[in-house]
Order: sequence, then structure tokens, then C-alpha cells
Amino acid sequence: MTIEANKKDNPLMKLVRNQMFIPLLALFILALFNLIADPGFFAITLKENSAGNPVLSGYLITILDYGSELAILAIGMTLVTAASGGQDISVGAAVAISGSVLLRVLCGSNTRPETLQAPIIVAFLISCVVAALFGAFNGVLVAYFKIQPMIATLILYTAGRSIAAWINNNELPVVSDETLTYFGGYIPGVPIPTPFFIAVICLVIITLVLKFTNLRLYTQSVGINQSSSRLNGLNPEMIKVITFVILGLCVAVVGLIKVSRVSTINYSVIAKDIEMDAILAVALGGNALSGGKFNMASSILGAYVIQFLTQTLYKFKVQSDALPAYKAIVVIVLVVISAPTVKDWFSSVTKKFKTKEVA
Amino acid sequence: MNKKTSGGFGDKIKNLTDTNLLLSITIIVFFLMYIGAIIFQGQGFRNPQAFLNLLNANAALIILSCGLSLVMITGGIDISVGGVTALVSMCCAVYLDFKGGNVFVSVLIALAIGLLFGAFQGFLVAYLDIQPFIITLAGMFFARGMTTIVNTKPFNVANEAFKALKNTRVVVPGLGTTNRRGIYVDAYVEIGVIVAILVVIVMFCMLRWTKLGRNFYAVGGNRQSALMLGINVKRTRFLSHLFCGLLAGIGGFVYFLHVGSGSASHATGAEMDAIASSIIGGTMLTGGVGNIAGTFFGVLSLGTIQNIVSTAGLDQAWWTGITRALMLCLFLVIQSVVMARKKKAKA
Repeated sequence: MTIEANKKDNPLMKLVRNQMFIPLLALFILALFNLIADPGFFAITLKENSAGNPVLSGYLITILDYGSELAILAIGMTLVTAASGGQDISVGAAVAISGSVLLRVLCGSNTRPETLQAPIIVAFLISCVVAALFGAFNGVLVAYFKIQPMIATLILYTAGRSIAAWINNNELPVVSDETLTYFGGYIPGVPIPTPFFIAVICLVIITLVLKFTNLRLYTQSVGINQSSSRLNGLNPEMIKVITFVILGLCVAVVGLIKVSRVSTINYSVIAKDIEMDAILAVALGGNALSGGKFNMASSILGAYVIQFLTQTLYKFKVQSDALPAYKAIVVIVLVVISAPTVKDWFSSVTKKFKTKEVA
Repeated sequence: MNKKTSGGFGDKIKNLTDTNLLLSITIIVFFLMYIGAIIFQGQGFRNPQAFLNLLNANAALIILSCGLSLVMITGGIDISVGGVTALVSMCCAVYLDFKGGNVFVSVLIALAIGLLFGAFQGFLVAYLDIQPFIITLAGMFFARGMTTIVNTKPFNVANEAFKALKNTRVVVPGLGTTNRRGIYVDAYVEIGVIVAILVVIVMFCMLRWTKLGRNFYAVGGNRQSALMLGINVKRTRFLSHLFCGLLAGIGGFVYFLHVGSGSASHATGAEMDAIASSIIGGTMLTGGVGNIAGTFFGVLSLGTIQNIVSTAGLDQAWWTGITRALMLCLFLVIQSVVMARKKKAKA
């Protein structure tokens, strides 16, 4: 009541208007809920893993670990959302493809090689190129053929896992090399999961890119008004394709982590339903799903909050197959809250409230 | 003379409405494909029963696609239909087996689930003006998740009354064939096909000759002008989603009747098949253009492609996914190019 009655420049009101407010609030509620339900959620212990290294373990570390994958995807998804006003629903399938390519290059024609057929960095670069190509394919369909992003990416969403299986002749190559497990697990002597560092590296790169190039300005202007940005000399089609390619690169990084976690691949399960989480991260970050302005930090915070939610649900023994139902509810609540009609209605209600108070 | 007719033909193409142009492309493609299949792969395709089996296998998809075409004509999209199908079959299966319910009530359950999804999604899309994609994507995940919550393990229904209904065959007169041993075998279709054909006829008439049907086209073509013409845009959009939900419920039950089991992995990718069929059938993603007859042929084209692929020996699971996606991609691009050309010609 007091908040609403205050002037706009009130620091509390400023905080509420900040884009980071929604994900922070969600994080706070989740944390509070867990604190009340079971404070053990926050326990972090030092354990020895199977390789004999002392590593940190606990729910929070798991969130840091798996949330990093999501954070990396959220980077690309935010850009795609901002530029094209739609989302890419093929990221899960694309992760399967890039992981499959990675294994194919590492293993060659032998499914269980004693030694790696190629250095990991080469395999990773090749998978990056492939993922970027698939990203470009989506981008071209969206930008040049003017197909709505979700329909265009629906093609890869359906075909992706089939393509991934086809690349390896539907066999499941297993890599026995130890080095590969570092990317999704732990580097010996470092107690923090590696995906976190990878996410930090990606973040630093994208921050530098956004700071020193015009990418941010261009994607936002294309997202806000395509024809006026064309009149200002931009090439909106090219910019859209670039955002999809960047998402492709993010997908390749996640593919590396995912494959590294298990040293093999399961085409139908790998990165299942991750597209929902990635979209959710962008939405929770307060970014408009219809394109335009974006806040990268907010999206990434959103990604970790989503993982927090997932982990909380796991803790309460929710089956992994049933998770999407709960997340779908969160999505619906989020979009309903941020819908213009609802916002108008809400502000008119508060206005009435204010006038009453004055009177 | 010759010149004149060719000129007339050119004019005709120019004057063809978008709907008819895309529809004729579809029908021609389908017949060419089927005739090609008969010529090159013979055996499996020459038998009339082969064609009826195509219908038997795709009855549910036809119904789902009709609903999707309606939503797309109105300028929206619904990707929850596959999830709703899975949820419907699981709920009906659990009800019939564990609760020992009767078949009639299970039909009502199916319709209720479909209507609920349609109404909820329609309300959010039409009255709160939220992107239909996001809402129905959430709907899809919700339905899939709920299916697992209802029951985790897939199982076959053992209910007698249901089994009797499932095995009911409707004989099609005049299409029977004599098999190798010289015995006359009747050609048959399943009950689902009858339902599907009824749905196609009703939807076709509704879209073509009723005021409501024309409203769908008007709203999809240009929302602003529709509003100025005095059409209740919000209500029309709501109704399109409601009908789509209802048809998803019916389609879900037909699917259930065809497979006779409940499983969380049922109808995976059905939304994509339905969208693909609609697009192949000439429904434009941008709204305002489309035809239920085209959708019907779209489903058949998709089914034929799949049969051709599997007859050609590319039977591995992944080929189906890849060919279908390729086909969708092809038609999307054709649509996009055709429309761009038309726009240019008009300007």
C-alpha cells in the first residue's frame, strides 16, 4: 500500500522497476521456500568423487553446474528473441546434433576407440561449425523467407534428433578418454564444476562483444522496428542470421558439456525439453518475448533461477518427465503477468486505489 | 487460337485466389506422388485397401490438422494438439482400465479435456492478447507433463467394450479384392475414418458457407479491417482456439481408438505433422488463406511420403523424421516464394 502511494523516484519503486527485480524476487521466494521446507538444501560439503578428487557437492553446486548450460543457451536465445521477436525451439535437437558430430569426429568409424581419433579441440571446432550451419539454416528461413521463427525452427525440432542418430548410424559411441570428462565434470584439483567456468568464459566473451561492437544496438533496433532500421542503413536479414549463428555456437558449447558428462550420447534424451527452459530463462529475465530491448545479465540470472526451480522440484521427488507441467504453469503465469492487457488492468486498479486514498 | 487459350490460362492463374492456387498445387502434388508410387513401387500402392489403410492410420491426424488449419486461418497457431492427444489417450486408458468405466463416458472425458485446453488457451490468446505460440507451447509441455503425472507406464487397454469398438470394421462396398488364394476380401475402414470424414465435411461447410466461417477468414486476413467491419475479433479468435481444442479432443480419442493404449510418448511430433499437413494443404501461416480440403490432401501426401520412404527400404526410424521435416521445409519455402511473387505482381 505504501509502495504504491509513493512517488516514482522512490528507491524501492526504482528497484521494482528494475528488470532484474522479477528473477531476483523469484530466486528469493524459492530460496525462502527451501529454507522453510528443509535448510539442508543449502548445505555444501566437500566430497571425493569417483576419480578421487575432492569436489564440492550439494544442491547449490548442482544448480551452478546444470544452470551453466542453461545460461549459455540463454545468451543465444536472448539475442534471437531480441532480433526476430520469436524463439528457437530447436535448441535441444541442435544440441543432439552437435554432440553427435563431436563424438563422430572423436571416435571415427570405431564406436569404442582405445584412443581418440582427433584432438578434442578439433572435434569441438567441427561441431561448432556444424551447429553454426544449422543455426544459419534456421536464420535464413526466418530472415530471408520470412517464416515465423517458431515454425521455421519446428523443422529442425522434429528432424534434429533423427539427424543426430543418422550421423552416427544410430550407434552409441563411447569415449573412454579421461580428458573429455573434464568439460562436464571437474578438472583435477579444482573443486568447482567446469561448466561454471565455461559459462563464465562465454559470458565474458559476449559482454566484450556487446561492449565493443554494435551488436546490441543493431539487434535491438531490428527487433523494435525492422523497416526503420533498414531505412537507417542496417541489413536486418543479416543481423537476424547472425543472432541465429551465435545461438548455434552456444548450442555447440552445451553439446560439448552434455556429451562430456556421460562420455556418450542418447539421442532421444540428451537436452530434452531444454528449449522450454531456455525460453523460460529469457522470459523470467523480464525480456519481451516479442523482441526489442534485452538485458543479458537478467536472462542469465533467469537461467540459474530456472535451474533452482528444477532442483527444488527434484528435491520434492517430482519425476523428471512431469517437470514440464510445472514449468509450463510458471511460463503461463509469467506471460499473463507481463501481458499488456493485464498490466493496463492492474495499473487502472492501482490508480483507483490511489484516488481513494487521496480522497 | 492457341495463343489465346494460353493467355487465358495465364490470366486464370493470376486471378486464382491464394486459397485455390495453393490448393491446386497440393492436389496435383498428391496425385502425382501417388501415381508415381503406383508406377515405381507398385505392389503396396495398387491395392485399394492400401489407400484405405492410409486413411486408417491417419484418421486422427486428419482431425487434428482440421483444427490446426482453422487456427492458422484465423492467424494463430496451436502446438499443443500432440500433447493433448497423449493426455486424452492416457486419461481414457486409465479411466477405462482402472476405474472400469464405460466407453461413452470416456468419449465425454476426451471432449472435456480438449475443450478445457481450447478454452483456456483461447482466452489467454484472444482476450489477454498473448502470443499464441508461447501459450500453446506451454500447453504442450503441460499436457505432456500431466500425462506422466496421470500414469507413468504405458499400457494396453483391456476393457472389453472398448476393444469391441476398436475392432469394429466398416466395410466399404465395391473396393474389395480377391487375394492370392482366391478368397474375396472386403475392403474396410475403422470407425475413426468415418469420424474424420464427418469432421472434414462439417468443417468444410462451416468455413465456406456460414457467417462464422467467413469471419475466421476475415480476422486472419486483416484483423484491423475485420474489426472495422464489425466482427467481434476477440470472440472469433477465442472460438478458433476452442474449436481446435475440441477437435484435438476428438482426434485424441480417435488416436486412442486406433492404438488402444495409453502412453506418455504417444503422438510425439503430432503437432508438427498437423502443422505440416495444413501448410502442405495450402493454409498460410500468415492467416486468411486456407482450405480444409487442402488439409485433407496434405495429410494424405504426408502419409504417402512416409509409405514411399518405408517401401523404398529406408525403414530406419530417423528417415521418417528427416523426410517429413524436408517436406515441411520445401512447402514453407514454396509458400514464401509464391506469396512474394504474388505481392510483386500486384505491385
